[in-house]
Amino acid sequence: MAAVGEPILEVRDLVKHFPLTQGIVLKRQIGAIKAVDGVSFDLHKGETLGIVGESGCGKSTLAKLLMALERPTSGSVRVNGRDIAAARGAELKRMRRNIQMVMQDPYTSLNPRMTVGDIIGEPFDIHTEVAPKGDRRRKVQELLEVVGLNPDHVNRYPHQFSGGQRQRIGIARGLALQPEVIVCDEPVSALDVSIQAQVINLLERLQNEFDLAYIFIAHDLSVVRHISDRVGVMYLGKFVELGKDSEIYDRPAHPYTQALLSAVPVPDPEGREQRERIILQGDPPSPANPPSGCRFRTRCWKAQEICAEQEPPLQIWPGTSHESACHFAETHDVVHAS
Amino acid sequence: MSDTNTVTAPKAPSRRKPKERKPASLWSDAWYDLRRNKVFVAGSLIAVVLVLMAFFPSVFAPQNPSACNLADARQGISSAHWFGLDNQGCDTYARVIHGARVSILVGVLTSLVTGLVGGTLGLIAGFYGRYVDVILSRVAEIFFAIPSILGALLLLSVVGRDKAGVWTVVIALAILAWPMVLRIMRAAVITAKNQDYVTAARALGASPWRISVRHILPNALAPVIVVCTMNLGVFIAGEAALSFLGVGIQSPNISWGLMIADARNRFLMAPEPLIFPAVFLSITVLSFVMIGDAVRDALDPKLR
Amino acid sequence: MKKKSAIDVLPAEGGLGNEPLLAVDNLHVEFHTRAGVVRAVNGVSYSLSAGETLAVLGESGSGKSVTAQAIMGILDMPPAKIPQGEIRFHGTDLLKLSEEARSQIRGERIAMIFQDALSALNPVFTVGWQISEMFRVHRGMSKRDGMKKAVELMDRVRIPAARQRVNDYPHQFSGGMRQRIMIAMSIALDPEVLIADEPTTALDVTVQAQIMELLAELQRESNMGLILITHDLGVVADVADKISVMYGGRIVENAPVYDIYKAPAHPYSKGLLDSIPRVDMKGQELYAIKGLPPNLLDMPSGCAFHPRCPYRQDNCVTDAPPLYEISGVRGSACHYWREVLDGSRG
Repeated sequence: MAAVGEPILEVRDLVKHFPLTQGIVLKRQIGAIKAVDGVSFDLHKGETLGIVGESGCGKSTLAKLLMALERPTSGSVRVNGRDIAAARGAELKRMRRNIQMVMQDPYTSLNPRMTVGDIIGEPFDIHTEVAPKGDRRRKVQELLEVVGLNPDHVNRYPHQFSGGQRQRIGIARGLALQPEVIVCDEPVSALDVSIQAQVINLLERLQNEFDLAYIFIAHDLSVVRHISDRVGVMYLGKFVELGKDSEIYDRPAHPYTQALLSAVPVPDPEGREQRERIILQGDPPSPANPPSGCRFRTRCWKAQEICAEQEPPLQIWPGTSHESACHFAETHDVVHAS
Repeated sequence: MSDTNTVTAPKAPSRRKPKERKPASLWSDAWYDLRRNKVFVAGSLIAVVLVLMAFFPSVFAPQNPSACNLADARQGISSAHWFGLDNQGCDTYARVIHGARVSILVGVLTSLVTGLVGGTLGLIAGFYGRYVDVILSRVAEIFFAIPSILGALLLLSVVGRDKAGVWTVVIALAILAWPMVLRIMRAAVITAKNQDYVTAARALGASPWRISVRHILPNALAPVIVVCTMNLGVFIAGEAALSFLGVGIQSPNISWGLMIADARNRFLMAPEPLIFPAVFLSITVLSFVMIGDAVRDALDPKLR
Repeated sequence: MKKKSAIDVLPAEGGLGNEPLLAVDNLHVEFHTRAGVVRAVNGVSYSLSAGETLAVLGESGSGKSVTAQAIMGILDMPPAKIPQGEIRFHGTDLLKLSEEARSQIRGERIAMIFQDALSALNPVFTVGWQISEMFRVHRGMSKRDGMKKAVELMDRVRIPAARQRVNDYPHQFSGGMRQRIMIAMSIALDPEVLIADEPTTALDVTVQAQIMELLAELQRESNMGLILITHDLGVVADVADKISVMYGGRIVENAPVYDIYKAPAHPYSKGLLDSIPRVDMKGQELYAIKGLPPNLLDMPSGCAFHPRCPYRQDNCVTDAPPLYEISGVRGSACHYWREVLDGSRG
């Protein structure tokens, strides 16, 4: 559960623009894909922040920025007070011990030519100060047990495991350095439904056992609700809403969130005719050319002139209890049948 | 909830368990498949015999290949001379056996040289990308453009006819073939670079050296191995072609290509001195092509 | 004597007509591979009436897609083999027809859409050309008439600016739009049955809602039967009239949609329903079905689900359960379906 005190992760005004260039030898910049365009949030120890959004919203780029796999165009990512985005060399390597990642595809995130023991032990080979050489095998076997796998299987290869088991191996690898923050980028999307619950339960158990903080990025709103304490909704590179899970799911204030939630099918046919359906028209605009003012206005049923002129800031608007970015923010329960 | 993945299914006695093998890497899985591939076994047997011929020719042919008597030229097959005598009166059989050495040496050495040079440069080009890649790729393309005969002729004239030997041919062939290996390695490296497990290694803080050696190289090696194995046969044929044209191996060294050239003019009168080296050449090339084919099938990830 | 509970004899919602349009009867499909014989489908039976939506629910390896491909006749016949079973369309067994007759039915009367529209569409032809091909090949129309029909269809599936976009290539459309194009191609000849194999799995949830609504509308207009193959219990709850749940190549439960969510009669269905997180409520730890999906090369003896089943008894390991009839419209392949219905744990 969420703990109070200093946040262990502070993200401020994070921006990543990918330049679009023309020309072969002398490249001229003609525009930019504004993948992430100003994201700020805090994360506390033991807390889970879920980030939802559809394709093109920038959540994968955000994950890479948090992991310092991409350098931001501007903004900062402070882990325990130190900016990982500005760090280089040995300092960056040391900071990586504190923030690790679990990736989406269990079939490509493990090197097929390495044994499972080598894969999980690699963090120790890279950061030799974490475990003395003689200790490594034991630590690897401990990690296998912690994620529910047989420690005798250290010498097996990834292709000898199922998808769910491979994902567990990826989680074990992420835990090896005992980080405080783990960025989960769609960790269960590629798994069968009956296996998803196993892995979700594992992640929750590990969080409790090791006091981990998660950034849980996914497009499946039901899964995000289940595991998150707070949730941020992304659209075209920015948060349009940010709040506690009950606030976002039961009392969404931003029209996009409301549309998103109304589109999620509920596994209960009772009341399926009564549930509110908001069907958005058309496709999201291109991140290379976002609309002026509020980015959502081109698909929003509440859009007025002010929406094109002034971009609404992410703040707590009157009549609502959490932050959203809409001039006409108004909470409205779309998920439960009226 | 207890351990969720050890499935305790009670044993059904009549059921046959699928073949249990020790935990196997992809390499040992490939070797397992290779051993069972008839094409590979056949090709390898022939290749082994040829290699033995190359290193221990006197075991196969005790006769002296240089004992030539012009008076006996173009005699047919006899019990003393199993393949007859050639235009110079030399024992064709002995010469054919001794000719294997050149072919095998050229094939193996050229494959090694192109593999190492092309592979290393391809790894660098693919891994670093951008300017390094641009420069290396353009250099490779320049070498691609050199015509083979011209290149060999140039090399021969530089080295001089009496110093020309196996290494001249190896270099002439390698100069033309290394760009292909570079391209294949480069493409494989670029593919591997974009895999999730490389991203994961970066996220752990792995150095570029560790990433290229531990993660990229093992996964990029397979196509390069296939190409170098298949090229072995091509290089052997290439050496024969160069020698046939007179810009490869020079006499008194023995090469199948040279033998074919020598026997050409009097072919109708005495076919044996041409046919036997030609047949041996074809079988040799075929055996390496078969091996290369089988290796490609064994390492093909789609069939795994 | 077991008391009949209220949920037992509900008639199937939306089942119009007395004879089913399409009936799969005891279908078996095997694949002969290097590693052995894979029994992908092991005695599957389900039926579809006009205007009805049947959801076939299962995970990877359950055989749901292979069954659909067998209905369409698009399986590669070696290595696939159909040793047993019938697929009756309007009473005629499709498996006994010649390839020519089957190809006439395919596309015209039974159509299929797939998960990945980008790979199902040919990238080197314009979408207009591909849609009009249906008319040129099957109805003998001219190129111009075919194109006119293509624009009409693109309008019908709500692709904006259809007239301008008819000459665009597939990669110029978004994922949702491409799926609409595939739907347009499939309904071009007014098929009686549409099989949708995971049509929205790769799409965003808002686009998914659009596509499902489009399918429902098209179905209402033409009284088409829809077989929806999916693993998403949410989508099924929204649109299906009845469900067949598949596991290990068999149907483990048949039921009308309201019944199965309220009271499932098979441990697998029950496990699935208990294990999915819901957007409208937040629970404690999720119930997780333990173990792994079965290895099709080495299926467990008896009931394929027994290694993972909380209701398992001794006879489950030895005797494969038949599809027990619970009512005229419900069936469950579990020896202990009554206990499952009661909700008691084994």
